[in-house]
Amino acid sequence: MEDEAKPLAPAPAIPDELPPTDEEPVTYATPLQMMWWRFKRHRMAIFGAVILILFYFVMVFADFFAPYEPNTRTPYMYSPPQTVHFIDNNGNLSLTPLVYGIGKTRNMETLELIYVEDKTQEYPIRFFVHSWPYKLWGIFDADLHFFGTPEQGADIFLLGTDHLARDMVSRIFFGARISLTIGLVGVFMSMIIGLIIGGISALYGGWLDNAIQRIIEVIISIPSLPLLMGLSAAIPREWSIEQTYFVFSLILSLISTTVIIRIVRGKFLSTRNLDFVTAARLYGSGEMRIIVQHLIPSFLSYVIVRVTLDIPRMILAETALSFLGIGLRPPSISWGVLLTQAQNYQTVVIYPWLLLPAVFVIFTVLAFSFMGDGLRDAADPFSNK
Amino acid sequence: MLSFLLKRVSNMVLSLFVISIVAFIVIQLPPGDFLTTYMAQLTSAGQTVDNAEVASLNRQFGLDQPIYVQYYKWISGIVLRGDFGYSFNFRRPVTALLDERMGYSLILAFGTMILVYLLALPIGVYSAIKQYSIADYVVTLLGFLGLALPSFLFALIMMYLSNKYLGISVGGLFSPKYEMAPWSLERLGDFLSHLWVPMVVVGLSGTASLIRVMRATMLDELSQPYVETARAKGLSEARLILKYPVRLAVSPFISTIGWTLPNLISDTAIAAIVLSIPTVGPLLLTALLSQDMYLAGSIILILSFMTVVGTFISDLLLAWLDPRIRYE
Amino acid sequence: METNIRPVLLEVKDLKTHFKMRQGLIRAVDGVTFTLYRGETLGIVGESGCGKSITARSILRLIQPPGKIVSGQILLHMKAREGTSWQEIVDIAALQPDDPKIRQIRGGEVAMVFQEPMTSLSPVHTVGDQITEAIGLHQKCTQTEARKKAIDMLGRVRMSQPTRVFDQYPFQLSGGMRQRVMIAMALVCTPSLLIADEPTTALDVTTEAQILNVMRRLQRELGMAIMFITHNLGVVAQNTEHVAVMYLGQVVEIADVKSLFADPKHPYTQALMRSIPRLGKTTGQPLESIKGTIPDPYRTPMGCRFHARCPQAIRGVCEVQEPPVIEIKAGQQVRCHLYTK
Repeated sequence: MEDEAKPLAPAPAIPDELPPTDEEPVTYATPLQMMWWRFKRHRMAIFGAVILILFYFVMVFADFFAPYEPNTRTPYMYSPPQTVHFIDNNGNLSLTPLVYGIGKTRNMETLELIYVEDKTQEYPIRFFVHSWPYKLWGIFDADLHFFGTPEQGADIFLLGTDHLARDMVSRIFFGARISLTIGLVGVFMSMIIGLIIGGISALYGGWLDNAIQRIIEVIISIPSLPLLMGLSAAIPREWSIEQTYFVFSLILSLISTTVIIRIVRGKFLSTRNLDFVTAARLYGSGEMRIIVQHLIPSFLSYVIVRVTLDIPRMILAETALSFLGIGLRPPSISWGVLLTQAQNYQTVVIYPWLLLPAVFVIFTVLAFSFMGDGLRDAADPFSNK
Repeated sequence: MLSFLLKRVSNMVLSLFVISIVAFIVIQLPPGDFLTTYMAQLTSAGQTVDNAEVASLNRQFGLDQPIYVQYYKWISGIVLRGDFGYSFNFRRPVTALLDERMGYSLILAFGTMILVYLLALPIGVYSAIKQYSIADYVVTLLGFLGLALPSFLFALIMMYLSNKYLGISVGGLFSPKYEMAPWSLERLGDFLSHLWVPMVVVGLSGTASLIRVMRATMLDELSQPYVETARAKGLSEARLILKYPVRLAVSPFISTIGWTLPNLISDTAIAAIVLSIPTVGPLLLTALLSQDMYLAGSIILILSFMTVVGTFISDLLLAWLDPRIRYE
Repeated sequence: METNIRPVLLEVKDLKTHFKMRQGLIRAVDGVTFTLYRGETLGIVGESGCGKSITARSILRLIQPPGKIVSGQILLHMKAREGTSWQEIVDIAALQPDDPKIRQIRGGEVAMVFQEPMTSLSPVHTVGDQITEAIGLHQKCTQTEARKKAIDMLGRVRMSQPTRVFDQYPFQLSGGMRQRVMIAMALVCTPSLLIADEPTTALDVTTEAQILNVMRRLQRELGMAIMFITHNLGVVAQNTEHVAVMYLGQVVEIADVKSLFADPKHPYTQALMRSIPRLGKTTGQPLESIKGTIPDPYRTPMGCRFHARCPQAIRGVCEVQEPPVIEIKAGQQVRCHLYTK
């Protein structure tokens, strides 16, 4: 019944006289190290982190990775995703992947336009090609792209084209710039604003505190989706992309901000009277120092939890509202905007690849959720998992 | 106890008053008003607009009056006569529109809520008891999926799949045949056969998150000493789990019932839009886009009202279930 | 003192309870043997982590995975049934986990009182509900009868206003009152053995004295045995008849309480006794402590587990061989190489 245990360690030798203390040398791990070790144990969290790094990397270098400029119109409307072949026309294995040209025919019965593979035109896919010029981050001139079909300017639509004959891959990569950042920007804003207002509310108390709390109560009593819808619908259509982006992320962060205000205020009020704060005061720490060194770390874990929950929420909210047409609108490019075409169920049935941006959304949200779980576990080194 | 109730109720009334103002302001935020949007629509459709007609419409709808007058008229109408104003877009009283839609919204929300709670509770409990088992991992994964899958996408997928593989059209609440027909057993059957789609779509993420909450609270409670005491008394495992940790984990769970209902009504908006279900959500969207202010404002006000009342009910439920709160 | 031979109630023979953790195997209880007689009080003392609580919980099969009783016997001599002189002896350790006998024994024959009464009682059920539940599990009676018994029991633990307390919730009571409730709940079905796991550690000294009084009195009234688990030697001295001293999962010495305090045999027991500050004797002197620290539970030492901290360790023997259990006289045993003949 007893399992084979690890071999028992030989006990320390019995000294002639016992040493005053019998302690093994102890090494310390900094809190950050402990967090990293715990985080590493979470396979899903690492997986999520890898996905996010990949997505953000592509996003930053979107110009490089996208085979087309996102607004370029091609002659092929609603083209399905092209198949990448590894066997060429003659049946030989080809190391370079290749695509065939796109031919148009018409279905004689339904008169519908169909795209077929034109096997007479074979285009190998090359990597690191020179294609359309761009300014990387608005600064560096370049024209290098990750992949493309440079021969005779052939078209390559790995994920198909949309209703205005624009390449989906490029639009998805560029759309990431808004979809992936709006969550971060929103969360950042909510943290700053929340911290300031929450701190003020707690520090000054009195009628200001009361007023702020009442306002927050009112805001959370209104169901969030209608509220967001209402506020988003209020954004004038004439505003520029940047203005819209900024105000929209502000709106998205509204709920988050109210929660953070409450957390900050609550923690301020409860910790300012705790013993260790009194002790700090007693040996002369100034008020500011107390706030920074003691109070802020105490609610940091709550804020981390909030942030990990809010980023995916905001990404989903942006996608949903843009999808409905009241969030961001063309010519802005975000995954939600890309999905507006999918509102029409008939369209989706015939051209299902229009739903592909949603796959990216799902992966992003999942990745954030896994990572968030990992971070939360890691930040609490004394939980029993 | 009575004074506590009175205080809460008066707070609620005050909140609702402020909410109504906020709702009204939010509606007014987009520049222009219904008439300007309407005129813009007409002009873009190529029709001419008669200035005199515009002026008369302005007077008729009271749009030439200052904002606070418009607000006052609206609010007094609601409070005194139960009249929620007039919908410019649909040319009908708001009350009539709401009557139709609200019924379906409530049925859908209620049904979904019952489904969600009935599913989430036992699954959450089971997943906590059998922690680290395969079932637990599956449930956790499903939970994540429910979290990440946007409801509208799920709606689309459902429509696509059921159309392709089951051959039924699942948009809307009725097949075209029964749309305008009077109520009959067949119509009821048709209704139910359409109802399950939005219920599943909306219910998935709700179930997923509720399962996670239930599982987490159960895990917390299972490690508490009173569970061991119950075991030491000779209670069977099944009975003691139900009587003690479940009972404790369930009370915050049940207390959320109050505001889950209004939440569901508003959360179903997107799915309803995709599936063309005539509930309150799509109505709100149309109202917002056309600046149909009384309709939009009324919907927001009613939803907020339900939320506030729901929160109050939740608090009452929690106090009833957990004696610790009662005696504080 | 006693020449009356009390019948045996519980025999624990070479009990081993191990925990298979991710980091390794913890042998929390590793060969514990003792015998408990009807009506007697046995104290089990030791430092935190010596396995005394796990032993107690093993007796009631309360050990949850990853812990498991891996070998040994726990022989409970059940009460003779009416009209027969035949006594049933149950090996608790051998029962299947879902055997209904286990549930019969729990609360019915052997009851347990825990350390933290606040968290050991359900916060959302009334005191009365929790006590009558215990009654309902082991006795057939109506609700009114059960209520009566419960209130009666509350009276016997000297609870003030028992009828009122019956309908109250645990959070409305003080620590001492809650512990009385725990005791009432445990004893309401008149078990043969009450296991008390540090019942007074969480209480202040005055309340502690009251609770110990209650326990002693009830023991006399009900004729039950008590297994008293504690790390407090003072409590042991006053309230027990026999004492088992545990260290790192094993019993290192068993003796009657007088002999243990007057003439402890095992070096660990001796060190424990020396570390108790005594009135008048230790004023002005530094408190004695046992040298060294408790070894890592994942890597228990070879040979005698105490050898690294033992001032009388025999080189070449103690760190290699497990010490045998030597019987010094009736009722007194030591696990030590020093006493081999």
